[in-house]
Amino acid sequence: MVKYGIGASVPRKEDDRFLRGRGQYVGDFRLAGMREVAFVRSPVAHARLKHLHIPEQFRGAVFTAADLAGVKPIISAPPLKGFKHSAEPILATDKVRYVGEMVAMCVAATRAEAEDIAGTVTLDLDELPAVTDMLAACEPGSSLVHEDWGDNIFVEFSENGSVAEAARSAAIKVSKTIRTARHCMFPMEGRGVVAYRDTRLRNLTLITSTQFPNSVQTGLCECLGLTHGNIRVISPDVGGGFGYKGLLCREEVALGWLAMQMNYPVRWLEDCREHLAANANCREHHYHITGYATADGKLLGIECVGHVDAGAYSSYPVSSSVEAAQIANLLPGPYVFSGYRCRALAVATNKCPIIPYRGVARSGVCLAIEAVMDAIAHEARLEPHEVRLRNMVRPEQMPFDNILGKHFDSGDHPECLRRAVEAIGVQKIRERQKRPEVDGRKIGVGISFFVEQGAHGTSVLASWGRPIVPGYEQAQMKLTADGEVEIHVGTHSHGQGHETTYAQVAHEILGVDIDMIKVVQGDTLHTPYSTATWGSRSMVHGGGAVARASRIMAKRVGQIGAWLLQTDPDKVRVADGKVIFGDSSVTLREVARVWYLQPQNLPANVDAGGLDITAGYRAERDSGTFTYAAHAAVVAVDTATGLVEILDYVVVEDGGTLVNPMIVDGQICGGTAQGIGTCLYEAMPFDAQGQPLASTMIDYMLPGATEVPNIRVLHMQTPSPYTEFGIKGLGEGGAVGPPAAIVSAVNDALRPLDAEVFDLPLTPERILAAIEAAAHQQGTPR
Amino acid sequence: MKPAAFDFIRAGSVTEASRHLKDADGGARVVAGGQSLGPMLNLRLARPGLLIDITGIPELTEISATDDVVTIGACVSTANIEDGRLPGRGLEPLAAIAANIAYRAVRNRGTIGGSLCHADPAADWGTTLCALGAEYLISGTNGKRRLPADQFMIGAYENALAVDEVLEAISIPRLSLNGTWGYHKVCRKAGEFALAMGAILHDPDRNVFRAVIGAIQGRPIVVADAHELQRSDRTLDEDAVIRVLERHGITNTLVCRQQFAALSRAYVQAKIQ
Repeated sequence: MVKYGIGASVPRKEDDRFLRGRGQYVGDFRLAGMREVAFVRSPVAHARLKHLHIPEQFRGAVFTAADLAGVKPIISAPPLKGFKHSAEPILATDKVRYVGEMVAMCVAATRAEAEDIAGTVTLDLDELPAVTDMLAACEPGSSLVHEDWGDNIFVEFSENGSVAEAARSAAIKVSKTIRTARHCMFPMEGRGVVAYRDTRLRNLTLITSTQFPNSVQTGLCECLGLTHGNIRVISPDVGGGFGYKGLLCREEVALGWLAMQMNYPVRWLEDCREHLAANANCREHHYHITGYATADGKLLGIECVGHVDAGAYSSYPVSSSVEAAQIANLLPGPYVFSGYRCRALAVATNKCPIIPYRGVARSGVCLAIEAVMDAIAHEARLEPHEVRLRNMVRPEQMPFDNILGKHFDSGDHPECLRRAVEAIGVQKIRERQKRPEVDGRKIGVGISFFVEQGAHGTSVLASWGRPIVPGYEQAQMKLTADGEVEIHVGTHSHGQGHETTYAQVAHEILGVDIDMIKVVQGDTLHTPYSTATWGSRSMVHGGGAVARASRIMAKRVGQIGAWLLQTDPDKVRVADGKVIFGDSSVTLREVARVWYLQPQNLPANVDAGGLDITAGYRAERDSGTFTYAAHAAVVAVDTATGLVEILDYVVVEDGGTLVNPMIVDGQICGGTAQGIGTCLYEAMPFDAQGQPLASTMIDYMLPGATEVPNIRVLHMQTPSPYTEFGIKGLGEGGAVGPPAAIVSAVNDALRPLDAEVFDLPLTPERILAAIEAAAHQQGTPR
Repeated sequence: MKPAAFDFIRAGSVTEASRHLKDADGGARVVAGGQSLGPMLNLRLARPGLLIDITGIPELTEISATDDVVTIGACVSTANIEDGRLPGRGLEPLAAIAANIAYRAVRNRGTIGGSLCHADPAADWGTTLCALGAEYLISGTNGKRRLPADQFMIGAYENALAVDEVLEAISIPRLSLNGTWGYHKVCRKAGEFALAMGAILHDPDRNVFRAVIGAIQGRPIVVADAHELQRSDRTLDEDAVIRVLERHGITNTLVCRQQFAALSRAYVQAKIQ
């Protein structure tokens, strides 16, 4: 292994500025004359907007839809049969469709004054019945979010295999109803936009905390009627995204428009209240799932109806289709069986548009299928992990095409699960469960297993209906006259550490010192067009492009270096930042200086492209990489209070070739913390009028250091046969496994009481209610 | 989330603060550590025209003590109480209660008086000081008065102060040598507000045996004589506790379960059996 290359746990270069408070986030940009924006947002979930009253003295400071005539609404319509279009106005026109929807934009010297002005604007609203429940929304007679649709269904996906045979022959049939709550993603840094007209470069420039600079750019072109050459989007340091910043937001269009009208920069920074009230936008699913199995736990068939609460509009560029598509497409998980039938609906409601949060539908999907597998285990009187092992792909079957043709690229699933079972100590817990605990709590152990399809390519995203589909990924690499490497990439690290890991890839091939390799990202003027960072794709695609560019650079410097070393290019090798021939070498710096400053010393047939390279990459197979992991949890449930404590948590993860194992551990721990939040703490409840009820962080609970246990992470590394260095995408997996594992553990703890819960989050009230209901059913006095 | 504009005065004395409060006739709020009022200002849930900062008033951070009683100025921070700045014996509960309030950063600025005046039903001081039999010293333009702890909170976020009154100090009797206490709160997350709270004080030398149930979305329930909650074997009687809760309008069985768990754990802590 090259010392700081692939596989090295190099401390992150970006941490030096982040940990010293010297990061440069959108809120750190101070532009001369900049004015602040606050929005008037709808206080109700569903109403006709009849009129706005703006006090006379503020008329020049308040802008409404009427002022934005000519600005097009956000339309994100996948080319899917039957997908119903929503047009999301930048500022509400005749209707408001969710609490927090932007209605007017107020500008002032300070944010406080802008809020004062916003407070004086009054709205004439005729309230309409709010659509708040994704199941009720599908009933005939429901109020309609979009009247011209006739119903509230964006789109439906179905897998129409047959479970008739499975149902007929199955000795075991289990059904579960599962519900997950709406979340806020809560990155530490909220959204923020600065917009101004750059008169020197003659463009509209946005500085915005986004994961998708080019998608924002393309979206702004569509809404503002500009061309790509006239819009520049800069994404600086981004303090967390998780998908929250993977969209074109109305605020970006609004401020872009405003900056074009004015001769001063404008700024909007999201505050916590806006995040809670207007942007609880992910994770809300409902499953009714049935599993059929033989008496000894062999899975025969799965049948499911899934609903996604997709909110009022289809967001750009991902659209409201992707999460429902994933339910239908990913529910079979890692298991081998032959009967599969699934309907998944993306349902419109009077809530803000859903966007994909880390793991997307996989978190709910894993919970649903694993709940069925646990139930089968219980019926078959087998350990939960035994049932998994009986239904997994065996290593000798890899690569394996599952029931839906998903191509599992490589791996040893059974070994991964076995290691997790061993590490969490299932046997020891079973022994412990035989005796009561001193403090009276009930102990439970649970597991979950999943495959994480990541880094999907063109064909997969096209089939899911994503309106902007990823294609080839580019890296632009340049060797400077000092032998430094500068890499411009279109992906956008917002916590993934690409400044370090891309440098490691380049270092692996060229051997240039890590400190001399700089990664430039996040500026559409200077970085290649890309769909950027989402779906665990960057290391595979971005890293792949960096590897390609590095190899081309090695050839270019090799050709010049060989000339300087008076030998043939095929006789030299590039390593350690040098071109080497036997005992002789020239440094890349020396090679660069010849190219830039002494071209008279170049070989006659030198490649005129020189030391400035754009290389493109696409993985050999489009179908994505398949990491996989087993999560295992031990919990203690206090049956008097309903509180749950996680006593132990293990992840055994196979992420293919790991570029930086330390960063991978960070990703897994962070994702697991979020999964713990999903399972035990986080929910934005809505009342019947569509009001989001958790208005502050007192009510919206995020897991903190005291709630997240020490997460033990163990690794396997089975390379992908289809990618550079065998790398796979793994950023999301940590968030996928925990709800299933913890639900499994809690229900294991409650099993002696015959109680179970599948309504997330598992609040103390829900756990106590389940215990109460079970006691009632048995007629047991408490 | 920026406050609406307000005027700001830093009062030099309690008299001055009372005068400003009276003149503003409800349009002014007292601010000390800002840990409760700050968020309310930012959320514009409170829009006082005038903020009166009382942290500059020297008497309000004084701590005085006798053999039997310690008197804490209202502006003494929770962190100072946590750090053991109260002199003498018999005050162990206070440091322990303080240490589990919110987070250290909040405790550094948050004051014991501020918490009491804010009267959040799920705040620790409001419930525990009722159990400890504290007395509150109040000052206004009409003079001074003393109020027992269990009469200070009227309801959620509502205290017994008149519009011109300031909470000056809190007087807490020391536990006798044989006195014991217990306090347990049920929290989903460390540092957050409790779902249920139970506090017990057992001090036979002073003839005190008090139980308090808090976090009930109103003033805490004080059982002045906790003997009525005991079974003959001196364990806590769940049915008796449930009856007390029901008398105060709390009938949800799940809530009752959590409240009984909190009180019984406080009871165990107080080692009464």
